[in-house]
Amino acid sequence: MSPDRPLLSLQAAFTRQFVRHMRSLMASPADVANPLLFFFMVVTLFPLGLGPDPERLAAIAPGILWVVALLASLMVSAKLFASDFEDGSLEQLALAPYPLAVLVLAEVAAHWLTTGFLLALVSPLFAIMLGLPEQGLPTLVASLLFGTMCLTLIGAVGSALTVSIRRGGLLLSLLIIPLNVPVLIFGTTAVAEAVIGGNPESWLALLAGLALGSLALTPLAIGAALRVSLDS
Amino acid sequence: MTLLQVSQVGIERGDRQLLREVSLSVCAGEIWQLVGVNGVGKTSLLRALAGLARLGVAGDIQRHASVLYLGHASALKLSLSALDNLRCHPACDVMASRERITSALEKVSLAGYEDRPVGALSAGQQRRVALARLLLSEASLWLLDEPFTALDAAGCDWLEARIREHVQAGGATVFTSHQPSRFGALQHDLNLAQHVA
Repeated sequence: MSPDRPLLSLQAAFTRQFVRHMRSLMASPADVANPLLFFFMVVTLFPLGLGPDPERLAAIAPGILWVVALLASLMVSAKLFASDFEDGSLEQLALAPYPLAVLVLAEVAAHWLTTGFLLALVSPLFAIMLGLPEQGLPTLVASLLFGTMCLTLIGAVGSALTVSIRRGGLLLSLLIIPLNVPVLIFGTTAVAEAVIGGNPESWLALLAGLALGSLALTPLAIGAALRVSLDS
Repeated sequence: MTLLQVSQVGIERGDRQLLREVSLSVCAGEIWQLVGVNGVGKTSLLRALAGLARLGVAGDIQRHASVLYLGHASALKLSLSALDNLRCHPACDVMASRERITSALEKVSLAGYEDRPVGALSAGQQRRVALARLLLSEASLWLLDEPFTALDAAGCDWLEARIREHVQAGGATVFTSHQPSRFGALQHDLNLAQHVA
């Protein structure tokens, strides 16, 4: 667009955008704690609703943990670009002399670190509350690490597409839930396999593949979708 | 030197044609004011000039310089300090040092407010933080949407002086404003009423 060469390297611009987003997220710790709190509340409600039979809970724990993780991710996806859109930051980001895909990836990375990554780290705690057998815990963490990465990136595409729509929440869910289904299936199967002493590695490998594929492809879609959203 | 070449541009929003056949050539050292009543399409045109709007924009817009665009929304994060906001501004292509940002904030009469969250400042002060970018950017083509709003008389005078300084240094400015001409003979007006479809 502009013939003048930017004076800042792309890497420095990426870092700067990451730091900016991280700082503004850290300035409101309540927003960061929100999905974790949601996770905690839902997980404590299940034994109350289903009865405290440990065997039954353990059997459905992988499914519960993964579905709640998916819902928590869906909940925060809707807000990913909302404040940046309202305060004009997205406009400025689109005008920056760098590829928009790279700069938004910095935002998505900061977002993932404060949501999916945290969720994966604390998930063993919730898993123990549901009586998930110990041998399933490492696989649970690994599957959620890769899985939330996919969910966040897919959610970011949906968020970018719907950010300019006044009540885009429902549309966002309709758009991204079908795309999240494979992630959910791979994730729960991996954990279930680990619990029965089977072979979770192949499912984890599939999830990791999905995560890396999303990492490579979705930033382009996010960038393009944001340009469309700005242009309306 | 031409910084911005606009030929035969038409702007359509939704199913309504706002403007047609806008042609404009902005050279270094020029100040252009887009004049027109509310809703005529000043902001739409300015966004098209910046390259933010493409949908419904016909004609040819060529930018031959780096652009600084200041819209209605200030792109400030209310939870971050003025210093962090300017240091990590998403569109900035230079890494400004703390000293440079502090001195820029001093010039917009915000000395001592560097570390205060922007959300704790008044609307006028927030506007001044956004305008401090005019001191930190290397862009030569400024596109300013209503830059004089929310500023007090001293702020308006400062902004006027800053724009004069910028065009004297070989830059150019296109802005929208409802205020009467501030720059006298230096300024060109583009009356959008003549281009209403």
